[in-house]
Amino acid sequence: MTTGVPSNIAVHCAGVTKTYTTETTTVPALRGIDIDVKFGELLMLVGPSGCGKTTLISVIAGILDHDSGECLVFNRDLKHMPDKDRTKFRGENIGFVFQAYNLIHTLTAQENVAIPLLIRGVVFDEALKKAAEVLQRVGLGERLTSLPSELSGGQQQRVAIARALVHEPKLIVCDEPTAALDHDTGQKIMGLFREVAIGENRALIIVTHDSRIFPFADRIAKLDDGKIIAVATAKEFLNGNQHL
Amino acid sequence: MIRIALKMLVGDRPKYIGMILGVMFSSFVITQQSSIFTGIMTRTFGFINDSPLPDVWVMDPKVQYIDDIKPLQDTQLLRVRGVDGVEWATPLYKGLLKARLSNGVFQNCNVIGLDDASLVGGPGNMIKGKLEDLRRADGVIVDIVGAQGRLAKILPDGSRQTLDIGDTLELNDRRAIVVGIASISRTFQSQPVIYTTYSRAMNFAPRERKLLSFVLVKAKPGVAISDLARNIQSQTGLKAVTAEEFKHMTVMYFLKYTGIPINFGIGVLLGFLVGTAIVGQIFHNFTLDNLRYFGALKAMGASNGTLLRMIIVQAIVVGLIGYGIGVGAASMFYHVSKKSELAFRMPAELLIVSATAVTVICVIAAIFSIRKVFKLEPAIVFKS
Ligand SMILES: Nc1ncnc2c1ncn2[C@@H]1O[C@H](COP(=O)(O)OP(=O)(O)O)[C@@H](O)[C@H]1O
Ligand SMILES: [Mg+2]
Repeated sequence: MTTGVPSNIAVHCAGVTKTYTTETTTVPALRGIDIDVKFGELLMLVGPSGCGKTTLISVIAGILDHDSGECLVFNRDLKHMPDKDRTKFRGENIGFVFQAYNLIHTLTAQENVAIPLLIRGVVFDEALKKAAEVLQRVGLGERLTSLPSELSGGQQQRVAIARALVHEPKLIVCDEPTAALDHDTGQKIMGLFREVAIGENRALIIVTHDSRIFPFADRIAKLDDGKIIAVATAKEFLNGNQHL
Repeated sequence: MIRIALKMLVGDRPKYIGMILGVMFSSFVITQQSSIFTGIMTRTFGFINDSPLPDVWVMDPKVQYIDDIKPLQDTQLLRVRGVDGVEWATPLYKGLLKARLSNGVFQNCNVIGLDDASLVGGPGNMIKGKLEDLRRADGVIVDIVGAQGRLAKILPDGSRQTLDIGDTLELNDRRAIVVGIASISRTFQSQPVIYTTYSRAMNFAPRERKLLSFVLVKAKPGVAISDLARNIQSQTGLKAVTAEEFKHMTVMYFLKYTGIPINFGIGVLLGFLVGTAIVGQIFHNFTLDNLRYFGALKAMGASNGTLLRMIIVQAIVVGLIGYGIGVGAASMFYHVSKKSELAFRMPAELLIVSATAVTVICVIAAIFSIRKVFKLEPAIVFKS
């Protein structure tokens, strides 16, 4: 293992590249990404559609192998881990929030939230109990037995956030968490994120191209065409440094 | 996660019921078609089934199946009796003779002549009268289907009356008196069946040099049946087969030389293919619909083994419930068709085979669909 990574760094990427090859084309989606994500911070990856944001968090979350460069998560190299270990690593350390929520539509809110615990082998009743606590924290203590279809978009995304938190992962990745929500609900969801998800021993990476939620970031990394073209604090970013 | 898998399945009520209906329909078609096929094939050797006593059947070497009669000389009976290990050996006549009904109409009948002393080979299931009544002068036993059908008496007013004990027939200008009515297995031969004694059958049959159709043999206790058959064959030069072998021979003959099994075989095959396609398609769709969820589960740390177990549980639940109802429907069909001419047989082996087939189809279809999840593409996980 590389030893040069300081202990306050959750994710370390250096020179990460990824090229998609299909029968007809090759698309260089990442062309040398250098970025560190610290424990305790909320980093936003922003940039136009198709610039490689989803590809980058897929690599960081251990869902996709990069071609070259180094990507360490908690100082572990996921690329060279056997698939089985990597799956286990994700289950223990990473929480996911998806744009389309991906709540299982036949399960109640409580059951959906319990899933990461069930995957880790926690017994059903205990998992449900813990799920109820977390749903309480995201303000859905009254809707434990509701099905996703009975909840609004904002409420569904809260369930998804609860699901990403329930097993207390050290890294949470979110792909466009507010893309399907209206402005007000998006703001509320981001407020909730800051309130319940940020912690000393946790890093948050949120992918978005919704500039209205930029103020909720600690730092913002701007991607374009597979490269990080600027990294700044949210304040710097919003204080007119729009050329960044 | 098994509980989650079941909830995923059952929670989607319309799809769940749809899948069960699909599997049900397929199971029904598969079971029903192959039951009819089995039934048809069983009919070919119905006569052998109806004669459970003999261990070995002895016949002309050129005989290929039960209705293929190539008569032997009467002296062959004595030669068979002389073979070591034979407990008893009796003659059997089987042949088509013309019966003249009371209204003067002729009807071809399958006449069976049983050993006068033992009556071996007689029908086991008597509806009226007793087998022993055959010993009465001119006595014959008629099968119930024939008695109600082609041998029924036509009354002067044109109505039909079932042939009954005491009624007479003419076989080859000789009088025969009905002394019993029997229920026998249906066979491929649609003619009415008439049982009588061997010596009386000799009288009914046109004069020929050879009239002995089969020699029926019982093995002495402790003698291996297949060994005995081999001994008889080598010592007499006749063909000697065990009852099981004879059934097999008969089925194989029909499989090889008639179109009936092929036509039905195609039905079975179609049932299987259609069933497989439907079940496979249904499961494929179900898993594809849930691919997003399975992708998310895998991203959240569910192992391939866990996902596989979930899907297999879903497949088995749908497979078994659908199968149960489907086979239930097939049994109902069986019940309804019992009294008809339809051949239908549903032995346990067939149920085991079709249950396994349906389950395997479900599982394979599900596994086939989930390979995508095993690869875990971000496109699935982060799909918008
Ligand atoms: N599976 C794939 N095969 C081929 N090209 C892909 C695939 N996934 C993404 N791409 C391409 O890679 C580039 C980056 O995609 P993506 O990471 O999804 O961008 P973003 O999330 O920023 O919109 C795009 O040009 C996209 O078309
Ligand atoms: Mg994207």
